[in-house]
Amino acid sequence: MDWLLEPFRHEFMQRALFGCALIGFTNGFLSAFIVLRRLALMADALSHSLLPGLALGVILFGLTPTSVFFGALVAALMVALGAELISRSSRVKEDTSLGILYTVAFSLGIVLLSYAKVRIELHHYLFGNILGLADSDLWTIYGISFLTLVVLVALQRPLQVMLFEPAIAAAQGVPVSKLNYLILTLLVLSMISSLQAVGVILALGLLTAPAATIYLFSNSFSAMFWGGGILGMLGSCLGLFVSYWLNLPSGACIVLVLGGIFCLAFLFSPKYGVLPRLFRRRHLHEQSLARWEHRKGHLQIVPPADLPESRPDAE
Amino acid sequence: MSSHRLEIKDLTVSYNRVPAIHHLSMSLSCGNCVALLGPNGAGKTTLFKAMVGLLPKESGSIHFHGHSPHDPATDLTYLPQSNTQDSDFPITVRGVVELGRFLRLGWWKRFGAEDQRVVDEVLASLHLSDLADRQISALSGGQQQRAFLGRALAQEAHVFLLDEPFTGLDKGGQEMMSETLRSIAKRGNLVIASHHDLKTVPELFNQVILLNGELVAFGPTQEVFTEANIRRTYETESFSGVSHGLVT
Repeated sequence: MDWLLEPFRHEFMQRALFGCALIGFTNGFLSAFIVLRRLALMADALSHSLLPGLALGVILFGLTPTSVFFGALVAALMVALGAELISRSSRVKEDTSLGILYTVAFSLGIVLLSYAKVRIELHHYLFGNILGLADSDLWTIYGISFLTLVVLVALQRPLQVMLFEPAIAAAQGVPVSKLNYLILTLLVLSMISSLQAVGVILALGLLTAPAATIYLFSNSFSAMFWGGGILGMLGSCLGLFVSYWLNLPSGACIVLVLGGIFCLAFLFSPKYGVLPRLFRRRHLHEQSLARWEHRKGHLQIVPPADLPESRPDAE
Repeated sequence: MSSHRLEIKDLTVSYNRVPAIHHLSMSLSCGNCVALLGPNGAGKTTLFKAMVGLLPKESGSIHFHGHSPHDPATDLTYLPQSNTQDSDFPITVRGVVELGRFLRLGWWKRFGAEDQRVVDEVLASLHLSDLADRQISALSGGQQQRAFLGRALAQEAHVFLLDEPFTGLDKGGQEMMSETLRSIAKRGNLVIASHHDLKTVPELFNQVILLNGELVAFGPTQEVFTEANIRRTYETESFSGVSHGLVT
C-alpha cells in the first residue's frame, strides 16, 4: 500500500494530481463534443495557433498568467474566425484556410519568441510540465473547468439537437452558429488550461481519446460526455502515477495510457469492437448456413433432367 | 375543421438576389393533407426552408393563426429529406423521439411523466416500440424515416412540413406513412408534403399546391389536380410569368 501513497508525500505531486484530475475530467467531458462535431483537426490547428498570442503577450506585458491567457485566447480565436471568414468569402474551403492560417500563426509565434526578453522553451509549450504547476496555474485550471462544465451541462439539450440534426436545430430556433462558436471558445479555453500541465499537443489526446473510447461502447449521448469525463480523469491520474514510478515524462504517459485504453476498446468493445464484430459475423454466417442446410431437407429440389426441354422464350 | 390558418402573402425567396420563388400567396387551413408538387428546381424545399426561417424572405410574409411563427417549436415542424443526419450518432430511436419533446420543452424545462407518456404513445403509434432501444443506424430506411417523423410528432406542432417523406420507402412503408399522415391531418393539424409520384397524389392528399417558381394552382385535389394544370407546372419554364398573367 505504501507504494501507492508514496507519491503523495511530495507537495508537487499532490498539485499535479489535482491538476490532472481536473484537466482530465474537463477535457474528457468536452471531448464528446469535439468527437461528435468532428473538430479534432480544428483542435490540432488551434493548439498551434496559441503560440503567437502567447509570445506577443509575453513581449508586451511580461510572463504573467494574465498575459499568457489573453494572448493565447485572442490568437486562437483570430485563427478560427479568420479561417471561417476566408472560407465564407471565397472558394477556398475551411480546412485549407485553417491549414494556412495555423501554420502562419505558429511560424509567427516562433519568430516572435526570439524577441521575447524572457526565455520560453518551445518544448515546454508543446509538452508542458505538470510537476511544475504554480498556484496561478491551478486557479486558471479550476476556473476554466468550472466554466466549461457548467456551460456544457446547462446547454446539453440544444447542443444535442445541434450536433445530431443541425438543419432541424436551426429550423426550430436553436442558435446553431452561436453554439458552434461557443464550443470553439471552450475548446480554446481548455487548451489554455492544459498548456502548463500537459502542453497543447498532448491536450489534443485528452480532447479526443476519452469520448472516442466511450463512443465504441455506448449509444447514449450523456454517457459520452460523463463517461468521457470520468475516463479522462482516471486515465490522467493513472498516467501520472506511471510517469512517477517509471520516471518518464508525465504528459506523454497520460496520453499513452488513454491511447492504450482506446486501443483495447477498439479491439474488444462488445458492441463496436473489431474482434467481437468479426466473431459475430462468422457466427451469423454459420447460423445462416445451418438454416439453409435445415431448409434444404424440406425443399423439393427438381433435378435438371426433369426440367421441361423447351422454354417459352426459346423460340 | 380547425380554424387555424397558415397565410402566405406575396412571398419571394432568393438565392444571391436570384429569386427561386416569386410572389407566392396562398392560405391553407389546418385539418388538411396537402401535396406540394413541381419539377426539380421548382422551389419546393426553398419554400419549406423559408417557412421555418432557414432562408430569409426577399419580400412578403408568413403568418400562422394570425401571428408570424415566432415560436417555431410549437407552430411548425420540419422534416428534411432523409440522410441529413449523422447515422452513427450515439442515439436510440427513443432518443430521437425524445428530441421532439426537448424542442417543445426548451432548454431547461424538466422532462416529466407527461413527456414520457407522449414519447411512448408516439413510438406505439408508429409501430416502433419494439425498436425503441436500437441505435438508429441499425434500422432500415423506412424505419429511420418513421423515427424522424416520431420526433416531429412528439413535438406536437400544428403544421408539419415534410420534404419527400415517401422517398425510398417500400410498399409497406409507404402505406404506413400515408396512414400516419392522414391521422395527423385528422387530428386538426396541417400536413404539407413535397411529393414526386403523381399517380398516388389523389389517394394520399386532399389538397394540392402546384409550384414552379411561382404558384401555378392551389386547391382541392379533385378540382386542381388536372391534366392541364400538371402540364403547365411540369412543362413550362421556371418562372415564365404565365401564372402571373405577365405573358400570354
